[in-house]
Order: sequence, then structure tokens, then C-alpha cells
Amino acid sequence: MSDATEANGTGAAESGLPGGAGGRHVRVVLVDDHRMFRAGVQAEIGRTAETGVEVVGEAADVDQAVAVITATRPEVVLLDVHLPGGGGVEVLRRCAALTADAEQPVRFLALSVSDAAEDVIGVIRGGARGYVTKTITGADLVDSIFRVQEGDAVFSPRLAGFVLDAFASTDAPPVDEDLDRLTQREREVLRLIARGYAYKEIAKQLFISVKTVESHVSAVLRKLQLSNRHELTRWATARRLV
Amino acid sequence: MPEAASLPLDDPRPPRKLYRSSDGRWLGGVARGLAGHLGLPVVWVRLVFVGLFMADGLGALLYAAFWFFVPLGVGGVGDQKPSLVGTESWPDGRRRLVARKPDRGQIVALLLMVIVSMVFVGSVDLDSAAKAYLVPAVLVAAGVALVWRQADNARRARWVEVGSRRRTLTLLRTAGGVLLVTAGVTVVFVLQGSAAHLGAVLQAALAVLVGITLLAGPYLVRMTQDLSEERLMRIRAQERAEVAAHVHDSVLHTLTLIQRNADQAGEVRRLARAQERELRAWLYKPEGTGKDEADEPDTVAEAVRRNAAEVEDKHGVPIEVVIVGDCPLDERTGAQMQAAREAMVNAAKYGGEGGAVQVYAEVEGKTVFVSVRDRGPGFDLDAIPTDRMGVRESIIGRMERNGGTARLRAVPGGGTEVELEMERAEKTS
Repeated sequence: MSDATEANGTGAAESGLPGGAGGRHVRVVLVDDHRMFRAGVQAEIGRTAETGVEVVGEAADVDQAVAVITATRPEVVLLDVHLPGGGGVEVLRRCAALTADAEQPVRFLALSVSDAAEDVIGVIRGGARGYVTKTITGADLVDSIFRVQEGDAVFSPRLAGFVLDAFASTDAPPVDEDLDRLTQREREVLRLIARGYAYKEIAKQLFISVKTVESHVSAVLRKLQLSNRHELTRWATARRLV
Repeated sequence: MPEAASLPLDDPRPPRKLYRSSDGRWLGGVARGLAGHLGLPVVWVRLVFVGLFMADGLGALLYAAFWFFVPLGVGGVGDQKPSLVGTESWPDGRRRLVARKPDRGQIVALLLMVIVSMVFVGSVDLDSAAKAYLVPAVLVAAGVALVWRQADNARRARWVEVGSRRRTLTLLRTAGGVLLVTAGVTVVFVLQGSAAHLGAVLQAALAVLVGITLLAGPYLVRMTQDLSEERLMRIRAQERAEVAAHVHDSVLHTLTLIQRNADQAGEVRRLARAQERELRAWLYKPEGTGKDEADEPDTVAEAVRRNAAEVEDKHGVPIEVVIVGDCPLDERTGAQMQAAREAMVNAAKYGGEGGAVQVYAEVEGKTVFVSVRDRGPGFDLDAIPTDRMGVRESIIGRMERNGGTARLRAVPGGGTEVELEMERAEKTS
């Protein structure tokens, strides 16, 4: 955990809340339809004194999730992709106003057992700030939560692979090239994520700061959501994902 | 049915049922079916029918009755020309037609029938009025025969799965049958009364027909709807049963094994990973069950996945695979895959303690890149004695012999990464 705090020194200065590792604190809502899994995550990350994560609410389906999120206004929502009542995408759609809130935005981190391309791309395009699979370790999950809280994007290696695949499979340059293609550096960063490197390791490898790595990843997310609609649609239909 | 009656009560065999034969039939398959049932040669039965036909047309009536009431089946006497008509066993006991050629027998039968009818007409002494009715009666009979044979064909098509072959022919035959019957009936009407009444009679018939349609229509529609709905439900149930069978076969068995080996963490992890992989393959692959895969992989992505799965199973270390792009395997990339496999084995053996091994493969243009990375204690090539050839020969040597490059390096956060790069062969550009 001390590694993660070192990389996120800003959190302590801003929040100034007592407790938590290095003074960090984040309020989290857990959305998952498996009670066992919620209990497991709670046990793993919910010890507020050690991890700085406070679980303020839980929900098992879409309606509950929207209600709990609206009532508690957490900073980060851990969102399962497969939920009764429409899935994680539906939660994202109905909480769009909260996500866009400038004062205190609610940020979503998708946490799923599925790493099928359609699930991953679906929630990312729905507005989630990151995607990690359920095999993630507790320490890595806590780290990811804090990253998302600060507005950065978190990618699992698998997701980085999908994104690379999406952008690489179109060889013909699109019309607005500057907007749509990933830059060489972003591609490099994504490759390293896909190879299982942590952000810190990528920074060392490329001789850039962790913040730069994060901004590259956020740029990828932005392109994935907005500018690359045509390309992505083509990619998705070619693979019969939509 | 003397045979059915003579069966002893405790015989487990169900009594044989009379079916009309659908293979090698000339008209309705009645004679063949009967012959098969009675264990007589077909020719005898046919001769008997012809003989009966001479007796004031009794044979024709009998034949028609058989045709009407006896369901079509497969069977009869199987002694005729096995080269033309082959049958193979169907799981539910029925036999399935394999090939069936249009035989000349049907034409011969038709000719024979015409001759016999002529003889019959000539021999029977009728007055002119009755003779006038003969032509329409024959017309009606021919039409009915056409349509009924059509229904038989439709039924047979369901087992043989002929598909919608010769759709137009089917329609044509039905239309022809209806036309014949209508013509026959009309002629009868014309003969009976004067032609002047025809219009009124036709109107009345039409009115009755419309009335019947109005009354029975809704019931018919609902019945077909119910039937198709029931069929859909059955298909759904079948699918559900398949899923249940799969979950039972693999998942429940694995869970049992895990419960039994609960104290051996490595074994549990290995079982769970293998099961997860199989279930994923089954769920997300459009076809195939994930169980019976092809023997040899023929693309890079497949080969990487296969190697990773095998190493994972063997060494019990989770291997996370990310693949970008794909291309067919050739000689060079094949060698690269072997080197990658060796690297995975090393990573699992010596670096597996630190966590999952990460494998990343990328096909970009003509270059195939594979990286295998562990989070173990690290590795120094120079510190290894020169007589240990594993890394030098199996990985570096193999790559260089095939025109590629291999790099080993320590990762900043701890662990080792092996990078393999290879240009694809020229022909598969």
C-alpha cells in the first residue's frame, strides 16, 4: 500500500480527512448482484483505517443502485457489468447527470468477471472511468479506486488489448486523423498496460512521470468514447459485437 | 393381423404396425407396405390388387381406403435394389432414406394402370349415361391421388430433411390436383343438370365455402399458432437442457474436485483456472463447446492461447493472455510459438511465485511480437552456467535461426520479461 500512497501524494493534502493510509479517504458504493462477492470485496477493501476506503452503500440491481447512488453521492461506484434490470450500462445511463456534475462528480469503475469485448467497450462508452476484472488483488483494487477518484482512467491489460485491436485493425487513415488515431506514445503506453505493467513501471520504462502516463490513458478513454465513434462502430459490427 | 395376434403377451416387442412404404413405391406405397407387413413378395400383392380391380373396381376402392387410413412409414420389403435405395438407422428407431432415384417402375405402373382401366371399361357393360360419368370420376380420382401423394411427400421430407427443394413443383402439383378435381366435379354437375344451373350452383358452393372458412378460420389459426408456440418452447427446453448438461458435466465435477482438494491451494487454483477457461470458451465462442477443439492450431492467436492453457494446466501458475490481431501460422511464427512456450514454462517454473504470468502477443503488419513476463525474483543470463542450454538454445537460438530476435531483460518492478520478435514469411503477406 505504501507504494500507492507515494504515487498519490495529492490526495492527503486535499482531503485532509483523518484515518486512512496516508490520510486518503474515498467513499465507495458497491453494486453487484452476488451477495458473496460484495461481502468479499467489503472484507478486502472495507477496512477504512488501513485502506482509506469507506463503503457507504451496496446495491444488487439497477433500481437499487440508482437509488443508493443518488442518496449517498459516493465518489466512486464499483459497478458490476451484468446486473438484473439492464446491466451496468443502464446504471450509467440513469446516473449520467451525477457523472457530469462539476462540483462533486460520481465516478464509475467497472468491475466484472467478464472480459468479453462487448461488455468492456459497452461500459467504457457508457461513461465508466475504468475497467478491471474480478481477479484483481485487493491492493490493486484500492489503488484503482483512488486513481478513478482523481479522475484518471484505469485499464486492465485485457482492455488495453481490446483498444489496441480496435485502433489497429483499421489500416486506412480516417478523415480527421489528428482526432481519431491514437498517438504513438498512447499506443506505447497501452502496449505496456496490455503486457501487465503497472502505471509506475510504465513511467520508469518510458522515462516519463506517472501523471503523464495517466494523462495518456485518459486521452485514450476520451478518444474511445467520443471521437472514434465511426471507427469503433465499424470495428464492433465487423466482429458482430453490436 | 395374424402376426400381431399371435404374439405372446410377455413379449417385450411392441406389435408390428402396418405402415405404407415410402421407398420404392409406385403410387401410394400401399402394396409395398402390405407386402412388408405380411412377408409376401410385392408382386403378389400388386397382382391381387389388380385382380380385385377387375372385380367391379373393388381393388381401387380398397387401395384408396388403405391409402387414406394407413400412415406413411419407412419399411416394407427391403429386398428390392439395395443399391438404389439405402437406409440407415435413425436414433428413434426409424430408418432414414439416404438416396433415392426416380425409378422407371412408376412410369410402368402408370401405363399398366391405363391399360387395366381400358380393359375394365371395355369389359364392364354400362349404358351410355353411366359411361358419361366415368370420365369426370377418373378426373377426380387422379386429382385426389396427386394431392394425397403430395401430402405424403411433405411428411417424408420432415424425416429425410430434403429441405425446400423443388418448391415450385410442389405448388404445381397441388394446383394440378385441385384443378383436376374441380374439373371432374364441374363436369358431373354439367352432366346432371343443364349448364344453365351451373352459375347458381357455383355461387351456392362458394357461399358455403366462405361460410365454413369464417366459422372454422379462427380455430385453425389459433391451432397453428399453438403448434408453433409449443415447438418454440420445446426448442428452448432443449437448449436449457444442453446448458444444464454442460454445467453438470464440467462445472459441478470441478467443484467437487475443489471441495475434495480444499487444503491444496495450488491444485484448487489450477482446477479453477482450467474450468474458468473451458467455461469461457463455451460461453463466448459462437460455435463449438470448447471441449473438442481442433487438433492443431493454425493461427498465431490460437497457438498462443493453446500454449498458455497447457502450461497453465501443467504448472498450476495462472497465465494471463492478451492478444492483439491475428494471422495464420507459418514456419517462422511456428518456431516463435515454440520459443514462446519455452519462455512461458520458464516463467511459470521460476517466476510463478510472484503472481500471474503475463503473455502479450501482437500482430502488426508483418511483425509478430510476443512478450512473456513474470514477477519472480529476476534472472541473469550471464550467471547461468554455459552448459545449461534451455534459454540460450530453446529461446534465443531458435529465434535467431529463424531470422527473429529474442531479448531478455529485468523489469523495473522485479521479474523478467522475454520479448520475441519475428517477421512473418513472405508468402502470407
